[in-house]
Amino acid sequence: MGMILKNEELIKDIFMLEIEGKYEGKAGQFYMIKVDNTPYPLLSRPVSIFEITSNSIKFLYKVVGEGTKILSEKKKGDSISIRGPYGNGFPPVKGKVALVGGGMGAAPLYETAKQLMPDPEVNVVDLYLGFSHEIILEDSWRKVCSSFFYDIGGIITDYVDVSKYDVILSCGPDIMMKKLSELGKKAGVPVYVSIESHMACGIGACLACSCQTKYGNKKVCKDGPVFLGEDIYDV
Amino acid sequence: MYDMKVQFANIEFKNPVVAASGTFGFGEEYHEIYDVGVLGGISSKGLTLSKKAGNTGLRLWETPMGIINSIGLENPGVENFISNELPKMKRYRNRIIVNIGGSSEEEYISAVERFNDVDIDMIELNISCPNVKEGCMAFGIHEDSAGRLVKKVKQITKHPLIVKLSPNAENIVKVACACEDAGADGLSLINTIKAMAIDINNRKPVFENIYAGLSGPAIKPIALRMVHEVCKSVKIPVMGMGGIMNWQDAIEFIMAGAHLIQIGTVNFVNPEAGKEIISGIEAFMKTEGIKSLDEIRGII
Repeated sequence: MGMILKNEELIKDIFMLEIEGKYEGKAGQFYMIKVDNTPYPLLSRPVSIFEITSNSIKFLYKVVGEGTKILSEKKKGDSISIRGPYGNGFPPVKGKVALVGGGMGAAPLYETAKQLMPDPEVNVVDLYLGFSHEIILEDSWRKVCSSFFYDIGGIITDYVDVSKYDVILSCGPDIMMKKLSELGKKAGVPVYVSIESHMACGIGACLACSCQTKYGNKKVCKDGPVFLGEDIYDV
Repeated sequence: MYDMKVQFANIEFKNPVVAASGTFGFGEEYHEIYDVGVLGGISSKGLTLSKKAGNTGLRLWETPMGIINSIGLENPGVENFISNELPKMKRYRNRIIVNIGGSSEEEYISAVERFNDVDIDMIELNISCPNVKEGCMAFGIHEDSAGRLVKKVKQITKHPLIVKLSPNAENIVKVACACEDAGADGLSLINTIKAMAIDINNRKPVFENIYAGLSGPAIKPIALRMVHEVCKSVKIPVMGMGGIMNWQDAIEFIMAGAHLIQIGTVNFVNPEAGKEIISGIEAFMKTEGIKSLDEIRGII
């Protein structure tokens, strides 16, 4: 059980939740957030880590249904139960790295960029984000990467010259991650995608999040959420 | 001294709490969170003779106080289970119940027969999964088909046989009695209730199979009533389940007549629920001066 330090609406329906405490987590991992301490709703919501600070953890989330609506009504000082970190997270990378996010898929890329920037094995961390209506946290993104590119309402993959990079890490709509996986395959650049799914347990038991891959069914919560794009998409 | 031990079909369980099939994998995921060896037993993810990929499309939908699932018995198949999962389950040193599903009598029989020389404690015959197109629940709807299958399986198995019943049966008491007459050593109930949900924006059912299985606290009062009715009608022991969320719910099922209880959906809500429910029952026994659960079993 942690205490909410902040639960602020950044733009319509998009919130930043900050919970007090020392938390662990690799870039690309997620926590299961129980949006209320009552039994309703029953299940926790999987939300990727936005940032881990020395005394808190932050989540960027969008109100999409009843669970996230209840979460959005929580106030500073309220207690909240989260468990994690779960999932594999992004793999270790080297050289020139592009991070590509679309919509709420931007969320896990903040901590990812923050962890990669000081990594001596990594030379460049370029961040590409596509937003549908309005940019959020513009100054924050700029501070955690080598170069920051964004687009509003367009197609972010148009800006990414995949061949310039050693590896691409992405999170966003399927159509975006599939396109990147195609470009990556052509250029011989590995593209990792972080995918989203409904899940009940978050730990690999319920099989609700099972997804089809080249190597048979995999669990998004445990084998993923990060996969090599070409194992997921038919490219 | 109070004692949580329960005798069920001549097998001793260290306490009455068993993890329900399909909600606990083979125990490994939860063992990373707590020692699942504290549970009385674990019922394996439903197994079929051959590996199954499960259903396509959305598999999970949350409803008020419940979840609807359409997993469709995704499982590694009997052989993979025996070589890869069973050795791990044995480390927990509690009772191993192998849940078996099938699309035909032959498939059930071959799968059950494969375990004759394998060290497990019990077979749970799944005639109640609503999420596969062939078999399973089709056997559990009517007493004749249920009785026929149980009789055949009982003839070939060397292990104690329990049958997992469906609340979707035409008459669950008649199915229960037919299973008892056919030689079942015990029963477990209820599996999920056939349910549906509609995505009004897309004007389509949420699930590709249209219907799926509802579980969770929403179904508990119905499950409790069915367990009570069945316990009043059969002599063989019953594992009661359906929406148990805490130790109080577990005690209700025991008072309704269940020997053991299974916990399912609650594992998703609180992965440590099993441990907490055992401690809760223990504390209740102490407070109430109950020496054995026999004292309160079936008192209603």
